[in-house]
Amino acid sequence: MNSPNAFEVRGMNLHYGSFHALKNIHLDIPRNQITALIGPSGCGKSTFLRSLNRMNDLVEGCRIDGDIRMDGEDIYGKIDVNHLRKRVGMVFQKPNPFPMSIYDNVAYGPRTHGVKSKAQLDALVEKSLKDAAIWDEVKDRLKKSALGLSGGQQQRLCIARALAAQPETILMDEPTSALDPISTSHIEELALTLKDQYTIIIVTHNMQQAARISDRTVFFLLGEVIESGETEQIFSSPADKRTEDYITGRFG
Amino acid sequence: MRSRYDEELKNLHGALIDMGAMIESAISGAITALENRDIQKAKDIIAYDEDIDAQERLIEEMCMKLLLRQQPVARDLRKISTAFKLITDMERIGDHAADISELAIMLRDLPQMNSNSLREMAVQTSSMLISSVEAYVEQDEEKARAVIRQDDVVDDLFVTVKSEMIEAIRQNSDFSEAAADLLMAAKYFERIGDHATNIAEWTVYAFTGRHED
Repeated sequence: MNSPNAFEVRGMNLHYGSFHALKNIHLDIPRNQITALIGPSGCGKSTFLRSLNRMNDLVEGCRIDGDIRMDGEDIYGKIDVNHLRKRVGMVFQKPNPFPMSIYDNVAYGPRTHGVKSKAQLDALVEKSLKDAAIWDEVKDRLKKSALGLSGGQQQRLCIARALAAQPETILMDEPTSALDPISTSHIEELALTLKDQYTIIIVTHNMQQAARISDRTVFFLLGEVIESGETEQIFSSPADKRTEDYITGRFG
Repeated sequence: MRSRYDEELKNLHGALIDMGAMIESAISGAITALENRDIQKAKDIIAYDEDIDAQERLIEEMCMKLLLRQQPVARDLRKISTAFKLITDMERIGDHAADISELAIMLRDLPQMNSNSLREMAVQTSSMLISSVEAYVEQDEEKARAVIRQDDVVDDLFVTVKSEMIEAIRQNSDFSEAAADLLMAAKYFERIGDHATNIAEWTVYAFTGRHED
């Protein structure tokens, strides 16, 4: 835990079969900050995100080489992948609550990881829902189906579900692209609050969102990291012309 | 893909060039009024300040609209934030042209005094102003940097004018009021030089992303 970085990526390459999807990536992801990954569709940003908790293991023909370290530990070495996914939670583009009660959605992870005591589960569910800024809206209907919630509430529930596993890092893959502006601003506020306790990495197609909430921004193009740096610098004076052209809407 | 946006940025650039031309003409008119004690000219310049203010508001609205509709980033953001800063400096230069013209009117009945240093200040500051606007229009970073360097010359001239005026008052107290007015004119020129320097600094920022200190 001495390094200020949650992740350190060195010389990483990722192939899907013969397709070279990520090329020689070198990147540090600082702890307790929000890092935004931006770039046109197909540039590799989501693939990169998914390789941080080894979700790509599930993709047939996916091959990764190079070095990805979390707190100094090689996550593609001899580690327990389930434990890795507990430490690195994920929130997807489309809210995906399980077809069960609100309570059970949040308790699902802790139960899987062996928490049985009701008192302990109650406390964890309440804390997770509070941290996800949705407790007040659902505390009176915890036993009701999660599918009855609005899209924005469902997404915050999914964040609560991720938090219940007590992760260190939360990966967010376009978490607001299916949400209205109010729900979007709830999630953005939430991300800003959560970064004190968690490292957050967010893939977004919304430039203003990246500019609003992230501390650092990484621009991907055709599988390469073109530029990464402080968000303010990237959005006011990008160093690379390709970054400039992308964020100002000249291509992509 | 973004032709309308580019068109609006081009219009903004054009409006700034127009405002640059307006303040150049205000300063040159104010110098004429002061040198020749041309009262009509002075009154025209004072009235013209309203046109300059109106142009400032027009550009402000263009910038607000661009910020609202396009949510600019990178070079576009720098261009628009620079425009906001430029018009403030340009508007102040317009005010000082009017201030100098008012002094020209007040000097009408006072004894004639000549100061080559003050004349030189007028020449230097209007050349700084013209160059700073040109640097912006032509996106000429080197020209902008030359303006920034030129400001020291104007500052030195101000010190010279001040000594000359003190000496004039010491030698003949009949000149005190005129000397005080001319010293104020010198101060306005010195301020115009500062604003022209700001314009040059913002021009460098708009095109490079780096601030000149």
